[in-house]
Amino acid sequence: MAEALTNTVWFLPLAPLVGFLVLVFGFDKVFDSRNSQKNVPEKRIGWLASGFVITAFVFAVLQFVALLSLDGHDRAVTKTLYSWIPVGSLKVDISFLVDPLSVTMILFITGVGALIHIYAVYYMHGDKDYRRFFSYLNLFVFSMIILVMADNLLLSFLGWEGVGVCSYFLISFWFDKRENASAGSKAFITNRVGDFGFMLAIFFTFQAFGSLGWQDISHGASSATASTVSIIVLLLMLGAAGKSAQIPLQVWLPNAMAGPTPVSALIHAATMVTAGVYLLVRVSPLLEASYDWVPQVIMWIGLVTALVAALSAMAQTDIKRVLAYSTISQLGFMFVAIGAGAPVAAIFHMITHAFFKALLFLGAGSVTHAMDGEQDINKMGGLSKHLRYTTPLFLVGWLAISGVPPFSGFWSKDEILAGVYNNNRFAYVLLLLAAGVTGFYMTRLVLKVFFGKPNYTHTPHESGKGILLPLYGLAALAIVAGILNLPFSKDLLVLEHWLEPALEGGFVKHLSFGGGTQWVLGILSIIVGGLAMFLAFRIYHSNRFGSIQKVVEHQFFYKAWHIDQALTSFVGGKGNRMFQKAADFDTKVVDGTVMGVASNTKKLGGVVRLFQTGKIRSYALWVTLGAVALLVYFLIRAL
Amino acid sequence: MEGFPILTVLIFVPLVGTAVISALPARFEKATVARNTAVGFSLVTLVLAAIVLIDFDTAIGSLQFVDRATWIAPSGIQWLVGVNGISIFMVALTAFLFPLCFIFLKQPEQNRRPYFALILMLQSGCLGAFLAQDLFLFFVFFEVVLVPMYFLIGRFGHARAKFASAKFFIFTMAGSALMLVGILAVALLTANKTGAPLTFDVESLAIADALSVAEARWVFLAFAIGFGVKVPLFPIHIWLPDAHTEAPTAGSIILAGVLLKLGTYGFLRFGIFLFPEAADFFAPVLMGLAVVGILYGAVVATMQKDLKRLVAYSSIAHLGFVVLGLFALNSQGISGAVLQMLNHGLSTGALFLLVGYLYERRHTRQISELEGIQKVAPIFAALFTVVMLSSIGLPGLNGFVGEFLILLGAFDAHRWFAVVATSGVILAAVYLLWAYKRVFHGPVEGENAKTPDLKWKERIGVGLFIVPIVLIGVYPRLLLNRIEPAVDNTIAHIQNVIGTEIDLTGEHESPHSEEGGEHR
Repeated sequence: MAEALTNTVWFLPLAPLVGFLVLVFGFDKVFDSRNSQKNVPEKRIGWLASGFVITAFVFAVLQFVALLSLDGHDRAVTKTLYSWIPVGSLKVDISFLVDPLSVTMILFITGVGALIHIYAVYYMHGDKDYRRFFSYLNLFVFSMIILVMADNLLLSFLGWEGVGVCSYFLISFWFDKRENASAGSKAFITNRVGDFGFMLAIFFTFQAFGSLGWQDISHGASSATASTVSIIVLLLMLGAAGKSAQIPLQVWLPNAMAGPTPVSALIHAATMVTAGVYLLVRVSPLLEASYDWVPQVIMWIGLVTALVAALSAMAQTDIKRVLAYSTISQLGFMFVAIGAGAPVAAIFHMITHAFFKALLFLGAGSVTHAMDGEQDINKMGGLSKHLRYTTPLFLVGWLAISGVPPFSGFWSKDEILAGVYNNNRFAYVLLLLAAGVTGFYMTRLVLKVFFGKPNYTHTPHESGKGILLPLYGLAALAIVAGILNLPFSKDLLVLEHWLEPALEGGFVKHLSFGGGTQWVLGILSIIVGGLAMFLAFRIYHSNRFGSIQKVVEHQFFYKAWHIDQALTSFVGGKGNRMFQKAADFDTKVVDGTVMGVASNTKKLGGVVRLFQTGKIRSYALWVTLGAVALLVYFLIRAL
Repeated sequence: MEGFPILTVLIFVPLVGTAVISALPARFEKATVARNTAVGFSLVTLVLAAIVLIDFDTAIGSLQFVDRATWIAPSGIQWLVGVNGISIFMVALTAFLFPLCFIFLKQPEQNRRPYFALILMLQSGCLGAFLAQDLFLFFVFFEVVLVPMYFLIGRFGHARAKFASAKFFIFTMAGSALMLVGILAVALLTANKTGAPLTFDVESLAIADALSVAEARWVFLAFAIGFGVKVPLFPIHIWLPDAHTEAPTAGSIILAGVLLKLGTYGFLRFGIFLFPEAADFFAPVLMGLAVVGILYGAVVATMQKDLKRLVAYSSIAHLGFVVLGLFALNSQGISGAVLQMLNHGLSTGALFLLVGYLYERRHTRQISELEGIQKVAPIFAALFTVVMLSSIGLPGLNGFVGEFLILLGAFDAHRWFAVVATSGVILAAVYLLWAYKRVFHGPVEGENAKTPDLKWKERIGVGLFIVPIVLIGVYPRLLLNRIEPAVDNTIAHIQNVIGTEIDLTGEHESPHSEEGGEHR
């Protein structure tokens, strides 16, 4: 049965690809009666696109069923469509690997993707470019499926770049505003810096393993030299830092909020930005085989990102930017997990984060709808009175991300904290602090948006059922997703058992302490989170601690530690001037030398003046005559 | 088909077209007779090229459809044409681009007959150069190409066309003069040393391999300068931006699509094939220049104010990749380079076509005067986007496959060159995306708001580029199957020669040739 089911794996990418093509070429118009052409039925476009993603989800479930019917260690099925780039010893196939890791990814990508598509059907109502929007969205889902299902590094890179391009398209979707257009190209170019690392990693991998297949890499990792493997891992980390917005390549994500909110939820929170995490979990055996300090580097990059971004989120005034910095921070948590040898925790958090962050973003979309597009939280307040459904839904997301038990975020974050405690106590303290700040800024956001005095004059109204329905789904998932991996007994670690075969030989550090310590850690994080949330409550509800508020909302944090500014001024200033110098060099020095030689030659006098007749025929004549003379000379000599 | 000299016919069909159009009476000047004649002849050429492509035996790496006749008997010069898996795609590209230029571009207001006659003559020259297997015959075609191109730029180009065409002509002519010396030297020296009758037959010269190491290196250098101007390599690229920018759209498409490939093709077929040891010896230099070209072309492109000039500079970067792959001297590198020659013809050809369409609409190419075009011309923008992504090297489109193979091959041969060249991948995104943002994004006002979208005919024109762009990206095996046997043939020859030279002299002890034996 498994064989038959895994054969259907190609329908997974096919469905959204067909959707994309149908929308691009307007095949759906064929079914229109001529009269309705004037009034493009936008809902049908949206539902068509959603339908293709739902179809993909159904096939993802089928893959899941197929794997369940197999024994644990047979759960890695490769399906090859055709040979893509075969040259010499290089053999790269269009082929998929159906294993617990890829199926896990695909389930939540298509699942969350379908919900967000449905949300967008209503959210994008009235947009002139409705069709273009959904075609991009379907193309994105297609690329994302390729990225995670690919059985080799290069095909994965195809998906990786595909999602990058879709992200670029969608960030600059409303391109008539210059900022949006700039945000799009900034995202793409920053990602390209990461791709530079990714591509080099591919070359090193091929040289070291003679193959780019995930399974060949996993099996060969232990026999390769530590130095090569370390280089590969670090280069992949560079790629991951680009896609997953880790320091120093995090600068594009806050700008990416220029895209429509469903895009922020789907691409820049739930799915694409987690691709870097997926990549490093996929090559976990390489981490195991590299030098000991390499995972440490990954952990510290994640940790610094988590902390810096959290300490930026708390000062933001734009509801989407708060969530954007929050995403960067939460992705940092996942990288910490990878570096600390807890890849299961990373995937676990990736899943729960996908649910609650998508929920928060979609909730924020509902809020901005109610506010007629206003995104500044200082101009909100007291919305709980008007948004009777959005408010409780958003609060679920708030509790989940803040790590309040029993919401899902608590379990996944605690597993990361336990993994770090296992590895490095100092890092643990810092990450606990980041977790506390998370509770703080989210509480601040909730209080400023939904409670307190309203700072607006109009009467906001609640969004329609179409927008709220996906929120219910995500909220339910955000509440219960914790059961995927509960720490109370070995039998409850469902996700860990499920992923085990895919992580064989990977960088996994088992906890060196027992359940008692875990209880203590859990309680400790509840206390820290609770205190942070209480502090936020005192500041933003009771209006106490004004001095702390000033520190928290200081320009330094608001400007996200001036990192972006520094980079931008370098690129726009020094970088730009260097480029201009090169361009000047070309016209003045290179060209100048050549033309200078030419004009000096002209002065040589009588013979050369012949050339100055300006008629190229004489040039041609002279060169040809010269050539013929040479030819004759050689021919005579030879004969 | 057996016995029918299809390649010879292929070369002469456009030339017959030139003769026919030249003979047209002046009263047809105003009508579309000249154009229709040109379309007709170029379509016949296309059909013939398609027949060659279909009949081509993918299993054979050596020359096919060989047609041989004595031409200038005493000097051993032959009419010798043949095609292998490398040249066949250059022929296909040539046969594809020319009718496109006739059908999808506006004809000039005046001098229509010379315009079409010249372009057809150009096509004959290009086809001949790609098919010639006799060095002297190659040189003749290589030179024949210059004349119509010179007049095409000079008479039908933009404001500074006269200057640009003279610059183009002088540069390439200077290069060719050196190459001619090289051609004569290799033929005469070989004849002298082997005692065999004088011949310019490339295969027999290569097999004879009679030149000493020093001689071969000198002659290779002469070739390298001749081809290097054409490619163009840094720093002798300086004719290119002017020529590309000032040429009429058809001229730019042909120049970028076909003429530059004469340089890279020449490097592979004549430079590397005739002098493997010298090629190996100079490989670091040429790869170095290629890498400089990749970065330099991209950086300078970024700062251009004229959209067409930007595309011109991007060619320098792209051709840098091709040279990098060629001198990796391994299977992936050379196969990638051959593929990339074709890819560049498609993506840059399409870019020039689109820029040409934009110029027809807005009568300016200044990036600063253009903004928000996507709003009023969404189809234009969409097609431009696809072509741009192909040029950037997005996986799934054609450019990526070539670039990837080139970099992989170069990485194997000279790691650091490949590492630096890979950063060109970032820069390609910078200049194209930045230009796209300024031209197509942003608010649309004034003249820009009146820009009409592409007409159906124009959409088809660009679409004809996009079909192979996608096809090659998704299923490159169609081409690689044919390219690889020819490349393997070349590499086997290189290894043969380099291998024997080590055995004989023991001087040349590069780590390379040791790898050579067990090369992947």
